[in-house]
Amino acid sequence: MLKIGDKTFRSRLLLGTGKYPNFQVQKEAVAVSDTEILTFAVRRMNIFDPNEPNLLEELDLQKYTLLPNTAGAKTAEEAVRIAHLAKASGLCDMIKVEIIGCEKTLLPDPFETLKASKQLVNEGFTVLTYTSDDVVLAKRLEEAGVHAVMPAASPIGSGQGVVNPLYLQFIIEQAEIPVIVDAGIGAPSDAAYAMEFGADGILLNTAVSGAKDPAKMAEAMKLAVESGRLGYEAGRIAKKTYATKSSPEAAMME
Amino acid sequence: MNIRVNGQTLHFSKEKMTIIDLLSSYQLQEKIAVVERNKEIISKEAYRRTELKDGDMIEIVHFVGGG
Repeated sequence: MLKIGDKTFRSRLLLGTGKYPNFQVQKEAVAVSDTEILTFAVRRMNIFDPNEPNLLEELDLQKYTLLPNTAGAKTAEEAVRIAHLAKASGLCDMIKVEIIGCEKTLLPDPFETLKASKQLVNEGFTVLTYTSDDVVLAKRLEEAGVHAVMPAASPIGSGQGVVNPLYLQFIIEQAEIPVIVDAGIGAPSDAAYAMEFGADGILLNTAVSGAKDPAKMAEAMKLAVESGRLGYEAGRIAKKTYATKSSPEAAMME
Repeated sequence: MNIRVNGQTLHFSKEKMTIIDLLSSYQLQEKIAVVERNKEIISKEAYRRTELKDGDMIEIVHFVGGG
């Protein structure tokens, strides 16, 4: 079970809700993924079109935990404002702190990220922080009291998979809070790989929403996350340079 | 009075108006939304008693798809 703050989840796959080709496909993908945590962004409502379809209004909120993000924020102050707006909906007390410091790579601003995370922890939010693969920053975030750190596997939406497994493993080893690999996942094998080396969960969006068949990819990701987790729990064999026979040497016929 | 709503200046002929009047005039009263007035969040319980003033900056936000 994945425990974040005071909540416990059966599924270790967190799903983003952006950029689906249409509403129907999105609903299917969400259902098939078996996720329990869905991320959202906070934006202005189109007041002139109140009947625009909105996923949230069709969701069984008993079944899903909402994880609003602070995407769009460039400073701690902006992120905190978005977090307050999200909480005022009365639907959630979780927040994904995401403060972009570089438009090209969408890597986070570490200083603003730490500052906002600290403040939101102090205000009683359940804080999940999007971070880079910076090992020391992940430690500082944990010391600040965040409830999960979410290092990127590679740049957001890039689909490059895990580009720095070593640093992600350092983060996982040192952490006593959940480490959720967020961003950059492209293929199911990327998700399985991160889970195999001990990630507590995977957050992805584009890998599913941008796939040719999003619902099928949602299922593939669900299985990959489960498979990777089982592999981690089972404990893989150590790597060796040379071969070792699987069949016995004894009792061979002459 | 003129009120800035989600970045657009809107004109209302009414002299007195509350947040709930504003939301109702766009059929938004039942929506899952959060209202901010001059950067201060207005709780749902306060919608009926919060009167708008000329020049107020209102943000009406909701959850949209995002990662």
